[in-house]
Amino acid sequence: MSSAQRPAVASASGRGRGALDEESREWLRSLAVPAERDQALARLHQLLLRAAHAELRRRSAAAGIGGREQDDLAHQAADDALLAITGKLDRFRGESRFTTWAYKFVMLEVSAKLGRHYWRNPPVPMRGDAWERIPDRFGASPAEHAEFRELAAALRRAVTEVLTQRQRRVFVAIVVEGVPLDALAVEMGSTRNALYKMVFDARRKIRAHLAAQGYLGAEGGMP
Amino acid sequence: MTGWQALDQFLRTDPRDVGCERAMEVLDIYVDVVSADGAEVAGRRFPGVAAHLRACGPCGEDFDGLLAAVTGTVS
Repeated sequence: MSSAQRPAVASASGRGRGALDEESREWLRSLAVPAERDQALARLHQLLLRAAHAELRRRSAAAGIGGREQDDLAHQAADDALLAITGKLDRFRGESRFTTWAYKFVMLEVSAKLGRHYWRNPPVPMRGDAWERIPDRFGASPAEHAEFRELAAALRRAVTEVLTQRQRRVFVAIVVEGVPLDALAVEMGSTRNALYKMVFDARRKIRAHLAAQGYLGAEGGMP
Repeated sequence: MTGWQALDQFLRTDPRDVGCERAMEVLDIYVDVVSADGAEVAGRRFPGVAAHLRACGPCGEDFDGLLAAVTGTVS
Protein backbone atom coordinates (compact mmCIF):
# COMPACT_ATOMS: atom_id res chain seq x y z
CA MET A 1 0.00 0.00 0.00
CA SER A 2 1.51 3.28 -1.08
CA SER A 3 1.99 6.02 1.45
CA ALA A 4 3.48 8.13 -1.33
CA GLN A 5 0.08 8.25 -3.00
CA ARG A 6 -1.18 11.11 -0.87
CA PRO A 7 -3.41 13.05 -3.22
CA ALA A 8 -2.53 16.67 -3.82
CA VAL A 9 -5.76 17.70 -2.21
CA ALA A 10 -5.85 21.42 -2.83
CA SER A 11 -4.69 21.29 -6.42
CA ALA A 12 -6.88 18.33 -7.27
CA SER A 13 -10.03 19.85 -5.86
CA GLY A 14 -9.33 23.25 -7.32
CA ARG A 15 -10.25 24.80 -3.99
CA GLY A 16 -8.25 26.41 -1.27
CA ARG A 17 -9.45 28.03 1.91
CA GLY A 18 -9.80 31.29 0.02
CA ALA A 19 -11.93 29.70 -2.70
CA LEU A 20 -14.79 28.65 -0.45
CA ASP A 21 -18.18 28.48 -2.06
CA GLU A 22 -20.76 30.91 -0.74
CA GLU A 23 -22.78 28.32 1.18
CA SER A 24 -19.72 26.95 2.96
CA ARG A 25 -18.58 30.47 3.84
CA GLU A 26 -21.99 31.17 5.31
CA TRP A 27 -21.89 28.00 7.42
CA LEU A 28 -18.50 28.93 8.83
CA ARG A 29 -19.58 32.48 9.49
CA SER A 30 -22.80 31.56 11.29
CA LEU A 31 -21.04 28.88 13.36
CA ALA A 32 -18.43 31.45 14.43
CA VAL A 33 -20.79 34.27 15.41
CA PRO A 34 -21.93 33.72 19.01
CA ALA A 35 -25.35 35.26 18.41
CA GLU A 36 -26.05 32.89 15.50
CA ARG A 37 -24.18 29.80 16.60
CA ASP A 38 -27.00 27.97 18.38
CA GLN A 39 -29.37 28.43 15.45
CA ALA A 40 -26.68 27.32 13.00
CA LEU A 41 -25.95 24.24 15.10
CA ALA A 42 -29.66 23.37 15.16
CA ARG A 43 -29.86 23.70 11.36
CA LEU A 44 -26.75 21.62 10.94
CA HIS A 45 -28.10 18.93 13.26
CA GLN A 46 -31.27 18.77 11.18
CA LEU A 47 -29.23 18.21 8.03
CA LEU A 48 -27.11 15.55 9.71
CA LEU A 49 -30.18 13.79 11.04
CA ARG A 50 -31.77 13.66 7.59
CA ALA A 51 -28.54 12.27 6.17
CA ALA A 52 -28.30 9.68 8.96
CA HIS A 53 -31.90 8.54 8.40
CA ALA A 54 -31.33 8.26 4.66
CA GLU A 55 -28.08 6.37 5.09
CA LEU A 56 -29.58 3.92 7.57
CA ARG A 57 -32.54 3.34 5.25
CA ARG A 58 -30.07 2.64 2.44
CA ARG A 59 -28.21 0.10 4.57
CA SER A 60 -31.16 -1.28 6.53
CA ALA A 61 -31.65 -4.49 4.56
CA ALA A 62 -28.00 -5.52 4.77
CA ALA A 63 -27.71 -4.45 8.40
CA GLY A 64 -31.00 -6.05 9.46
CA ILE A 65 -32.35 -3.00 11.26
CA GLY A 66 -35.55 -1.03 11.13
CA GLY A 67 -38.22 0.77 13.09
CA ARG A 68 -37.42 2.31 16.45
CA GLU A 69 -33.91 0.89 16.53
CA GLN A 70 -33.06 2.50 13.19
CA ASP A 71 -34.50 5.79 14.40
CA ASP A 72 -32.38 5.64 17.58
CA LEU A 73 -29.24 4.90 15.60
CA ALA A 74 -29.95 7.85 13.29
CA HIS A 75 -30.23 10.22 16.26
CA GLN A 76 -27.07 8.84 17.86
CA ALA A 77 -25.16 9.15 14.58
CA ALA A 78 -26.34 12.74 14.03
CA ASP A 79 -25.54 13.74 17.64
CA ASP A 80 -22.06 12.22 17.52
CA ALA A 81 -21.37 13.63 14.06
CA LEU A 82 -22.29 17.11 15.28
CA LEU A 83 -19.96 16.70 18.23
CA ALA A 84 -17.12 15.58 15.96
CA ILE A 85 -17.75 18.45 13.54
CA THR A 86 -17.74 21.16 16.20
CA GLY A 87 -14.58 19.66 17.68
CA LYS A 88 -12.82 19.62 14.33
CA LEU A 89 -14.17 22.79 12.77
CA ASP A 90 -10.73 24.39 12.77
CA ARG A 91 -9.48 21.49 10.62
CA PHE A 92 -11.94 22.21 7.83
CA ARG A 93 -9.70 23.62 5.11
CA GLY A 94 -12.32 24.39 2.51
CA GLU A 95 -11.12 21.73 0.09
CA SER A 96 -14.65 20.37 -0.23
CA ARG A 97 -18.03 21.93 0.36
CA PHE A 98 -18.75 22.31 4.06
CA THR A 99 -21.85 20.12 3.89
CA THR A 100 -19.94 17.34 2.12
CA TRP A 101 -17.31 17.48 4.87
CA ALA A 102 -20.06 17.44 7.51
CA TYR A 103 -21.97 14.55 5.92
CA LYS A 104 -18.78 12.51 5.92
CA PHE A 105 -18.93 12.43 9.73
CA VAL A 106 -22.46 11.03 9.52
CA MET A 107 -21.28 8.20 7.26
CA LEU A 108 -18.42 7.36 9.61
CA GLU A 109 -20.74 7.40 12.63
CA VAL A 110 -23.34 5.24 10.89
CA SER A 111 -20.65 2.69 9.95
CA ALA A 112 -19.24 2.61 13.47
CA LYS A 113 -22.69 2.22 15.01
CA LEU A 114 -23.67 -0.57 12.64
CA GLY A 115 -20.41 -2.32 13.53
CA ARG A 116 -21.38 -2.28 17.20
CA HIS A 117 -24.99 -3.15 16.38
CA TYR A 118 -23.85 -6.34 14.63
CA TRP A 119 -22.82 -7.91 17.93
CA ARG A 120 -26.06 -6.97 19.67
CA ASN A 121 -27.96 -8.92 17.03
CA PRO A 122 -25.45 -11.30 15.43
CA PRO A 123 -26.78 -13.48 12.63
CA VAL A 124 -27.58 -17.06 13.53
CA PRO A 125 -24.47 -19.10 12.69
CA MET A 126 -24.99 -21.31 9.68
CA ARG A 127 -24.54 -25.01 10.17
CA GLY A 128 -21.44 -26.79 8.97
CA ASP A 129 -17.96 -25.67 8.06
CA ALA A 130 -17.86 -22.09 6.77
CA TRP A 131 -15.08 -23.12 4.36
CA GLU A 132 -17.63 -25.30 2.57
CA ARG A 133 -19.49 -22.15 1.55
CA ILE A 134 -16.45 -20.50 -0.08
CA PRO A 135 -17.55 -21.45 -3.63
CA ASP A 136 -20.90 -19.72 -3.04
CA ARG A 137 -19.21 -16.69 -1.48
CA PHE A 138 -17.32 -16.15 -4.71
CA GLY A 139 -20.33 -16.84 -6.88
CA ALA A 140 -19.17 -20.17 -8.29
CA SER A 141 -21.92 -21.73 -10.37
CA PRO A 142 -23.04 -25.29 -9.57
CA ALA A 143 -21.17 -26.45 -12.67
CA GLU A 144 -17.97 -24.92 -11.30
CA HIS A 145 -18.30 -26.30 -7.78
CA ALA A 146 -16.23 -29.42 -8.24
CA GLU A 147 -13.34 -27.56 -9.86
CA PHE A 148 -13.62 -24.66 -7.43
CA ARG A 149 -13.44 -26.99 -4.43
CA GLU A 150 -9.89 -27.83 -5.42
CA LEU A 151 -9.00 -24.14 -5.45
CA ALA A 152 -10.85 -23.60 -2.16
CA ALA A 153 -8.85 -26.41 -0.56
CA ALA A 154 -5.63 -24.81 -1.81
CA LEU A 155 -6.81 -21.48 -0.44
CA ARG A 156 -7.44 -23.07 2.94
CA ARG A 157 -3.98 -24.62 2.98
CA ALA A 158 -2.44 -21.26 2.03
CA VAL A 159 -4.29 -19.55 4.89
CA THR A 160 -2.87 -22.11 7.28
CA GLU A 161 0.65 -22.13 5.87
CA VAL A 162 1.50 -18.57 4.90
CA LEU A 163 -0.46 -16.29 7.23
CA THR A 164 0.46 -15.27 10.75
CA GLN A 165 -1.96 -16.29 13.48
CA ARG A 166 -3.48 -12.80 13.64
CA GLN A 167 -3.73 -12.49 9.85
CA ARG A 168 -5.39 -15.90 9.77
CA ARG A 169 -7.95 -14.95 12.40
CA VAL A 170 -8.87 -11.73 10.58
CA PHE A 171 -8.92 -13.28 7.10
CA VAL A 172 -11.10 -16.20 8.17
CA ALA A 173 -13.54 -13.97 10.07
CA ILE A 174 -13.99 -11.52 7.21
CA VAL A 175 -13.59 -13.61 4.09
CA VAL A 176 -14.73 -17.07 5.18
CA GLU A 177 -17.27 -16.30 7.91
CA GLY A 178 -18.50 -13.01 6.47
CA VAL A 179 -18.12 -10.87 9.60
CA PRO A 180 -18.30 -7.18 8.58
CA LEU A 181 -14.96 -5.37 8.86
CA ASP A 182 -16.33 -2.68 11.21
CA ALA A 183 -17.91 -5.32 13.45
CA LEU A 184 -14.65 -7.25 13.66
CA ALA A 185 -12.82 -4.03 14.52
CA VAL A 186 -15.20 -3.58 17.47
CA GLU A 187 -14.70 -7.16 18.63
CA MET A 188 -10.91 -7.01 18.36
CA GLY A 189 -10.55 -3.48 19.72
CA SER A 190 -8.91 -2.50 16.45
CA THR A 191 -9.68 -0.14 13.57
CA ARG A 192 -11.07 -0.59 10.08
CA ASN A 193 -7.75 0.64 8.67
CA ALA A 194 -5.59 -1.77 10.69
CA LEU A 195 -7.74 -4.79 9.78
CA TYR A 196 -7.95 -3.78 6.13
CA LYS A 197 -4.14 -3.58 5.98
CA MET A 198 -3.94 -7.02 7.55
CA VAL A 199 -6.31 -8.50 4.96
CA PHE A 200 -4.47 -6.59 2.21
CA ASP A 201 -1.18 -8.23 3.20
CA ALA A 202 -2.91 -11.60 3.58
CA ARG A 203 -4.41 -11.36 0.08
CA ARG A 204 -1.00 -10.58 -1.39
CA LYS A 205 0.70 -13.48 0.41
CA ILE A 206 -2.04 -15.97 -0.44
CA ARG A 207 -2.13 -14.97 -4.09
CA ALA A 208 1.64 -15.30 -4.43
CA HIS A 209 1.44 -18.73 -2.80
CA LEU A 210 -1.41 -19.92 -5.05
CA ALA A 211 0.40 -18.59 -8.13
CA ALA A 212 3.59 -20.40 -7.10
CA GLN A 213 1.53 -23.58 -6.71
CA GLY A 214 0.11 -23.12 -10.20
CA TYR A 215 -3.48 -22.44 -9.14
CA LEU A 216 -3.51 -18.83 -10.33
CA GLY A 217 -1.59 -17.09 -13.09
CA ALA A 218 1.17 -14.74 -12.05
CA GLU A 219 -0.45 -11.82 -13.79
CA GLY A 220 -3.96 -12.71 -14.72
CA GLY A 221 -6.66 -15.33 -14.76
CA MET A 222 -6.29 -19.01 -14.43
CA PRO A 223 -2.98 -20.72 -15.21
CA MET B 1 -17.26 -13.76 -14.11
CA THR B 2 -16.63 -17.27 -12.82
CA GLY B 3 -16.05 -18.02 -9.14
CA TRP B 4 -12.43 -18.76 -9.97
CA GLN B 5 -12.01 -15.33 -11.57
CA ALA B 6 -13.82 -13.67 -8.67
CA LEU B 7 -11.43 -15.23 -6.15
CA ASP B 8 -8.44 -14.31 -8.31
CA GLN B 9 -9.66 -10.72 -8.52
CA PHE B 10 -10.30 -10.55 -4.79
CA LEU B 11 -6.78 -11.72 -4.01
CA ARG B 12 -5.19 -9.17 -6.33
CA THR B 13 -3.90 -6.09 -4.53
CA ASP B 14 -3.27 -2.68 -6.05
CA PRO B 15 -0.03 -1.10 -4.81
CA ARG B 16 -1.62 2.33 -5.24
CA ASP B 17 -4.27 1.49 -2.60
CA VAL B 18 -3.95 4.18 0.11
CA GLY B 19 -5.86 2.29 2.81
CA CYS B 20 -8.96 3.24 4.80
CA GLU B 21 -7.50 6.02 6.91
CA ARG B 22 -6.16 8.11 4.04
CA ALA B 23 -9.20 7.41 1.87
CA MET B 24 -11.50 8.63 4.62
CA GLU B 25 -9.40 11.76 5.15
CA VAL B 26 -10.08 12.92 1.60
CA LEU B 27 -13.42 11.20 0.95
CA ASP B 28 -15.33 14.50 1.04
CA ILE B 29 -12.98 16.03 -1.54
CA TYR B 30 -13.14 12.89 -3.71
CA VAL B 31 -16.95 12.88 -3.59
CA ASP B 32 -17.16 16.54 -4.56
CA VAL B 33 -14.95 15.84 -7.58
CA VAL B 34 -17.10 12.81 -8.52
CA SER B 35 -20.31 14.81 -8.25
CA ALA B 36 -18.89 17.76 -10.21
CA ASP B 37 -16.66 16.10 -12.81
CA GLY B 38 -17.48 12.39 -12.73
CA ALA B 39 -15.87 9.24 -11.39
CA GLU B 40 -13.31 9.03 -14.16
CA VAL B 41 -11.85 12.45 -13.36
CA ALA B 42 -11.85 11.67 -9.63
CA GLY B 43 -10.10 8.37 -10.33
CA ARG B 44 -7.40 10.10 -12.37
CA ARG B 45 -6.85 12.74 -9.70
CA PHE B 46 -6.92 10.29 -6.78
CA PRO B 47 -5.83 6.91 -8.17
CA GLY B 48 -4.91 5.58 -4.73
CA VAL B 49 -8.31 6.47 -3.31
CA ALA B 50 -10.12 5.00 -6.32
CA ALA B 51 -8.07 1.80 -5.96
CA HIS B 52 -8.98 1.61 -2.31
CA LEU B 53 -12.70 2.20 -2.84
CA ARG B 54 -12.77 -0.60 -5.43
CA ALA B 55 -11.26 -3.06 -2.93
CA CYS B 56 -12.69 -2.03 0.44
CA GLY B 57 -16.39 -2.79 0.92
CA PRO B 58 -16.95 -0.65 4.04
CA CYS B 59 -15.20 2.42 2.58
CA GLY B 60 -17.12 1.83 -0.65
CA GLU B 61 -20.36 1.93 1.38
CA ASP B 62 -19.31 5.22 2.98
CA PHE B 63 -18.53 6.60 -0.47
CA ASP B 64 -21.92 5.51 -1.86
CA GLY B 65 -23.72 7.04 1.12
CA LEU B 66 -21.83 10.31 0.97
CA LEU B 67 -22.36 10.62 -2.78
CA ALA B 68 -26.09 9.98 -2.29
CA ALA B 69 -26.19 12.65 0.41
CA VAL B 70 -24.49 15.34 -1.65
CA THR B 71 -26.30 14.60 -4.88
CA GLY B 72 -29.63 15.22 -3.24
CA THR B 73 -30.96 11.74 -2.87
CA VAL B 74 -31.14 12.36 0.90
CA SER B 75 -34.86 12.61 1.57
